[in-house]
Formats: sequence, C-alpha cells, structure tokens
Amino acid sequence: MFRRSGPSDCEITWNGATIPARQGESLAAALLAAGVTHFRDTAVSGSPRGPFCMMGACFDCLVEVGGVANLQACLVPVTPGLEARMQIGARAAGN
Amino acid sequence: MRQAPLLILGAGPAGLAAASEARAQGIEVLLLDENPAPGGQVHRAVGGFYRPEAGAPGADQAREGLRLIQAAAASGAECRFGATLWAVQEDGVVSWSEGGRAHQVQASVLLLCPGATERALPIPGWTLPGVMGVGAAQILLKTAGLLPEGRVWLAGQGPLLWLYAAQLLDKGVRPAGILDLSPPGMNWRAAWHLPMALRAPGYLAQGLGWMWRIRRAGIPVIRAREVAALGEGRLSAIAVDGRTFPADWLLLHDGVVPNTQVTRALPGCAHIWDQAQASFRPVLDAWGNTSLEGLLVAGDGGGIGGARAAALSGRIAALEAARWLGFLTADQRDAMAGPLLHRRAAELAPRGLLDAIFPPLPMARVADATVVCRCEEITAGRVRAAVALGVQGPNQVKAFLRAGMGACQGRVCGPAVHALMAEARGVDPGALEPLRTRFPTKPVTVGELAGLAGGE
Ligand code: FES
Repeated sequence: MFRRSGPSDCEITWNGATIPARQGESLAAALLAAGVTHFRDTAVSGSPRGPFCMMGACFDCLVEVGGVANLQACLVPVTPGLEARMQIGARAAGN
Repeated sequence: MRQAPLLILGAGPAGLAAASEARAQGIEVLLLDENPAPGGQVHRAVGGFYRPEAGAPGADQAREGLRLIQAAAASGAECRFGATLWAVQEDGVVSWSEGGRAHQVQASVLLLCPGATERALPIPGWTLPGVMGVGAAQILLKTAGLLPEGRVWLAGQGPLLWLYAAQLLDKGVRPAGILDLSPPGMNWRAAWHLPMALRAPGYLAQGLGWMWRIRRAGIPVIRAREVAALGEGRLSAIAVDGRTFPADWLLLHDGVVPNTQVTRALPGCAHIWDQAQASFRPVLDAWGNTSLEGLLVAGDGGGIGGARAAALSGRIAALEAARWLGFLTADQRDAMAGPLLHRRAAELAPRGLLDAIFPPLPMARVADATVVCRCEEITAGRVRAAVALGVQGPNQVKAFLRAGMGACQGRVCGPAVHALMAEARGVDPGALEPLRTRFPTKPVTVGELAGLAGGE
C-alpha cells in the first residue's frame, strides 16, 4: 500500500467500487493509495501490470476511464465521480 | 494558423526559466507541458501539494522551484498544461493534444525542454506490480503525499535513490534496506574528478548528508550484484545474490537519461553518444542551438546537468531566441549571457565526479531470461540471439523483434536495448545508430485529428 499523508476530498470508482481520492492528484496515485497495484493485463502474455514510471513514459498504467481505453492513469487528473476500470489485454493506442 | 514567436516545450526548470527570460526580453511565449501543473519532475507540485519544511531533504530544491514557477506565472507567458506535444513539422508547425482536442501553431523558434527519464534497470520480475522507479515513488510523494508502506526496498545506484531514502526517513518511513548495485572499486576512479567537483562543494556535502542520515538510522545498505523481484501477480519477495527477503515494494533506480524522443524524430537533428553519461544527446552549441535552424534544446534533455544547470541553460537559450527573433543583437545577447554561462560552468563542474561515481550498471549482468522491453515482453536473450543472427542495431532489432515498438516507443527499453546490443556485438555504443522515433511521439486519437481538419 501507499498511505496518504494528506486528506482525501472526493470519491471515484474503480471497477464499480467506490474509493476515496483527492481532486487534482493523478488517477494512478488515487488507485495506489486505495491499495490497487494491478491496473491492467498485457496484450502479449496477459501478465499483470501497474504503474512503473509515474511520468507518462512507460505506458504500464493504462486503464479505461469513462469508457475510453488506453489512458495513462498517471497523467489523468482525478475529478469527483470519475469512473475507471481495469484494462484487460487491449492494445495501447499507437500500436 | 496561429503564430507563436517562441514555443517552449516543458515547464521544468529549463522551460520555466526560459519563459521568464524570454518575456523579460519582450518576446511573446507559448509554453506547453503535458503535466497538470508546472515544475517538471524535479519541482513537481511545488507550491501545490509539495511543501517540504525547511531543513527537510530536498527543501532547498523545492524553494528554488517555487521561485521559478512564480516567476514564470508572473511573466505573462501563456502556459498550457495537460498539453501533450506529438509532432513537430520541419516548417515549424507544432501539434499537440489538449482537453481531447488537437491544436497547432506555427512557431518561429522552438525551444525543447523535455527533461530526463529514469534509466531502465532490467531485473528478473521487474514487470510485477509493486516494482516501480524510485523517481516514480518520489513523484507520488510530491504530487499526492503518498508514502509506501510495508517492506520497502530501494535498489540500484544514483543520487536520487539516496535523496528519496532520506525523504522517506524524514517522513517516518523506514526502508527495509538499500541494495547498492554499483560495481565495487568505482570510487577511487572517481577521485580523479574531485578537484573539479570541489568548485561546487554543495552537491557533495548534500549527497554525503543523505547517505549519512540513512546509515545513522541503521537502515541496512547491502552491496549486491543481482536482485530479482519475486511474486505471483504482485511483488512479494526479492532475491538478493541468492538470499530471499519479503518485500512489498521494490523501487529501482539507475540514474537518468536525456529525453530525446522528439529530437530523434526530427530528420537532420544530430545526436552524439555521451560516453561519460552513457546516453545519446542532441548536438548543441553553448546557446542550445541544435543542428536544425530555429530549434533549441535546454536542460537535461540536452545532457544531464541537474535542475540548476537546466534553469541557467533555459535562460541562455531564451537570450539566443531573442537574438533569432531580433529582440537582441548578438552583442547584447553576449553581454547578458556572460554571467549565466559562467554560473552554468560552475554548476556543471561536479558532473564529471557524479558521472564517475554513478555509472549505469553494465548490461552484461542482465540474464537472458530477463525482460528488457516491457511493452512487447522481449527478453535480453532474444536481443542477444538476434545479434548473433547478424542484427546490427536497435533499429533493426525493432523490426526483427518489435522491441521498442510498443506504446512507450522505446522510452523505457531504448537505452537498455542499445547498451545490450553494443555489448553483445563488442562495439562502442556510440557506433550504433540510436532508435529512430516517429511522430506522433504520443498516441493521438482519430477524433482529435478530425478536429484539426475542421480548422483550428
Ligand atoms: S506509470 Fe508510466 S506511463 Fe503511467
């Protein structure tokens, strides 16, 4: 887990479950703070992945947000009520 | 199409300082950054969530960052965040995505300040959730105040690893241990650079201070040769030279490399192999001019120099842009840049020592079964086998194995694949052509492109 040293101020959903978050932090940060480390499965071997670089370089944090796939969770800012889901096997855009 | 006299990419130390300086010379500035707020990686969220107390590790740096951010905000530069650049045309047309829409401007002078990325440290199991970069964990601390819990291991080498460990201690988190992977016997060779480094003793004192803090706290520092991440679906343990320890987080670091994703995609933009930093960088003159007219690079994207050198390079490049645009004569530029060039030289003085103390880890240690390209899940063994079959360099191996062809476009695996191939072929890495990149350098949706056709 990553623990918060500051307050959360809103809620978002991950695979339909409600989790606390903080407006403006990255979706990846909110998920890690909620104990989520497995963000997607790869298309090549189906192996589990979570964020690795947190700066938009590795594309390992890809998730689905509001029905749109292939978004880098480390670059998506949290807004209250944001709905995110695990990305299973889908190819990243650009492939 | 909209015109921009000076477009700056990247709101890290170089871009922020450049924007302020260019505005001071009367130039209209458009600054783009894909992050939601200014600061770049070093000054991430400074002034927002990240406000370290005076005396905390990294607090001096944060103060400098805050000054840069405030100056740029007050300068009147147009700063656009959440703006991801994906193409630069030879005629100076720059395309980016922002808020789900594509945008374009015609830039007269383009100053790229793309910064650096963490160098990949491929170890067995490093794709498991629970394994991250040290820089990544530090970003979580700065942008969201997140602290890792449980058994936290740091492995690799480099100043950032020690700084982050010191920051954790400062926040009451005790790492389970530090696995120092740097090869033994390196430090005496570094001594050669000591006299030069003493011109800027602040860095040395700071670095030693972090290390001392960690040792005084009784955190085990283990010199190791091999580390592997173990677990089913998530990291649960690490193997260190054959011994196993339980682990909740493994944070890897092997220094940083210039981000040349955009410059390498520009035909005719020359790059050279930097032996000391073991990475490619664009060929730049003292002002930051590349081999392409009207294209400048400042900051770590042009060679690793650290945040202060980056800010100075940004200001120097802005003065050169002012000369290009007719706001300054060459003489005026020279007079204004003199003290900046001097200060930058002093800032760069300890680089030789830092590069010598913290060389990237040799690829020979990467076992054949270890994945190097995370996107396409290509192992070191497959890259070596391709070399044995006659594949010459990273561009050929990309076609052969798809290494570097995944979504990250070689951002993570590029330097590792390059070093691996050079080692397997027994040639100097500079002799291999670096991985060519292509626009769009970041994915762009058809919808965004369609918006462009409708007229921007
Ligand atoms: S964690 Fe690397 S792109 Fe998001």
